[in-house]
Amino acid sequence: MANQKNNIIIEQSSEDNNLPKVFLHGPPKFSIVLQPKPSHNFHILNPSSHPPLHEFIALNPHHASSITAVVCTGGFPVNAEVLQLLPSLRLVCTPSAGTNHIDLFECLRRGIQVSSAGNLFSEDVADLAVALLIDVGRKISAADRFLRSQLQKPWDFPLGSKLTGKKIGIVGMGRIGLEVAKRLEAFSCMISYNSRNKKPLLSYPFFSSVLELATNTNVIILCCDLNDQTRHIVNKEVMLALGKGGIIVNVGRGALIDEKELLKCLIEGEIGGAGLDVFENEPHVPKEFFSLDNVVLSPHKGALTSESLIGISQLVEQNLKAFFSNKPLLTPVI
Amino acid sequence: MGSISVLLVAKVIPYLEQELNKRYNLLRIWDFPQKSQLLTQHSASIRAAVGNASAGADAEFIDALPKLEIVSSYSVGVDMIDLNKCKEKGIRVTNTPDVLTDDVADLAIGLILALLRRICESDRYVRNGNWKSGDYKLTTKFSGKTVGIIGLGRIGTAIAKRAEGFNCPISYFSRTQKQESKYKYYPSVVELASNSDILVVACPLTEETHHIINREVINALGPKGYLINIGRGKHVDEPELVAALLEGRLGGAGLDVFENEPHVPEELFGLENVVLLPHVGSGTVETRTAMADLVLGNLEAHFLGKPLLTPLV
Repeated sequence: MANQKNNIIIEQSSEDNNLPKVFLHGPPKFSIVLQPKPSHNFHILNPSSHPPLHEFIALNPHHASSITAVVCTGGFPVNAEVLQLLPSLRLVCTPSAGTNHIDLFECLRRGIQVSSAGNLFSEDVADLAVALLIDVGRKISAADRFLRSQLQKPWDFPLGSKLTGKKIGIVGMGRIGLEVAKRLEAFSCMISYNSRNKKPLLSYPFFSSVLELATNTNVIILCCDLNDQTRHIVNKEVMLALGKGGIIVNVGRGALIDEKELLKCLIEGEIGGAGLDVFENEPHVPKEFFSLDNVVLSPHKGALTSESLIGISQLVEQNLKAFFSNKPLLTPVI
Repeated sequence: MGSISVLLVAKVIPYLEQELNKRYNLLRIWDFPQKSQLLTQHSASIRAAVGNASAGADAEFIDALPKLEIVSSYSVGVDMIDLNKCKEKGIRVTNTPDVLTDDVADLAIGLILALLRRICESDRYVRNGNWKSGDYKLTTKFSGKTVGIIGLGRIGTAIAKRAEGFNCPISYFSRTQKQESKYKYYPSVVELASNSDILVVACPLTEETHHIINREVINALGPKGYLINIGRGKHVDEPELVAALLEGRLGGAGLDVFENEPHVPEELFGLENVVLLPHVGSGTVETRTAMADLVLGNLEAHFLGKPLLTPLV
């Protein structure tokens, strides 16, 4: 009886039987987003990505040891417990740049390879950082809102502040930070940075703390990972050091900033403004933000362009293909 | 110099108004609801006029002020000033070039990003509480897109430089090809539009460039193309633009200027593929102050018999 039930749930053709098995560890219809094309190199066990992993294994226990690769997304962790469940796992493939939903240490220990989005989204995220910065400084969203309200004629709209030539402090000088720096250099901005370690090949001035960086710049752009060291790295002290005309842009993770403190500083005018693509408790955004004109709110869409979507589905497929052809991953994390 | 009458024909920042008031006998056009009253009382004494992008000195105005010696515009564009008439009458004209180039170029890029990445729309999405129901839709990448610029003057060049930071290939149309330019030249606006993802209007408004963006150009730009106007409203055939947007023949538009400011075609308010700004191209504290200093400096130079700082005529 159990076997019959298994056969109904997983229909396998005889050709697929010998192909390595890939499991999609994400929300229902996750595969529609990625669309790995039917491949001769591997077989996707759960194209509809439903039911979720634990339920799937419970219904198909024999597959636990057949799954050699998992495609997972943020919100669907690959932690020690999941790894324990999949003894034959050899590859974790995430379509994100961030990897904090994967226990990298445990994967390393077990000899499991991990691939990510690599630098695929870096341009889009950098573009968004600059978009938010210009919007906050020049009040673009506020002005568009003002016009659409059709309340005021003649136009009497407050002046913004000039961006060209401003001193920009970038926190995190990975790929995204570098792309942001390159774009803002074209605006004749002066770039300096803070990161875990000074980058010997970079000529931008380095500051060993975010506080020092904020003291010496007009704008802080957060492009770094979220980890134990960077949680609330932008706190009240940093914001006061940045000063009343200062602007903060966050395209990293919400918890890089003490959100409650940020709100206070924005309301009290202790900083000039903020452009935020990420929040501490997405998709929840404190409603006190909604009445502020000196903030631009963006629903975590740094990488959500049509171009990036096409790119990532191609990259996932290429990484899976490479792995199962015993070739090096295109975008390995470890 | 307090006896020199200067007529202010447009609203300016308080700093400029205060300084003009300190130095001259300042008359403000809005204090005279009847133009005839202004002319009767003061036409014989007004020696200078200060205008801006929206209000300047046309032929009628110039004829009504026989003592007018100089028009100092608080803008770089002087399409609101009858330059030929001024030349004829020996009236000097100054504007505010260079000091606003960066701000206008910054805003052009800001408009492109706000439009392609739907920054204003997704900000509205969050403020309306919609993020809880799901992610905002996918938007369009800017980096690497082809940018076509109409007018490769100071502002056009500054826009090109910034767009290059986003790896955008740059092409342009201008009255004459710039031999020293590394960018690709197209001999017509339609050809430029056909070969651009994003078309930016950055030229002066003249008789030749009036409605330079017409139906043909808009259709050439197409349903995946974007128009950015940081020039003058009259560069664009506005009813044609509105029709194209409503019919989906144009991908989107970012507009800092309109044909008949402060009027904005109502149909645009319902569209999510437009970004609408109230002529803020030079609208920063730093730049408006620098522009004010140029106006003041030009007037001072004129009345002291010294060379003008930024003369056009």
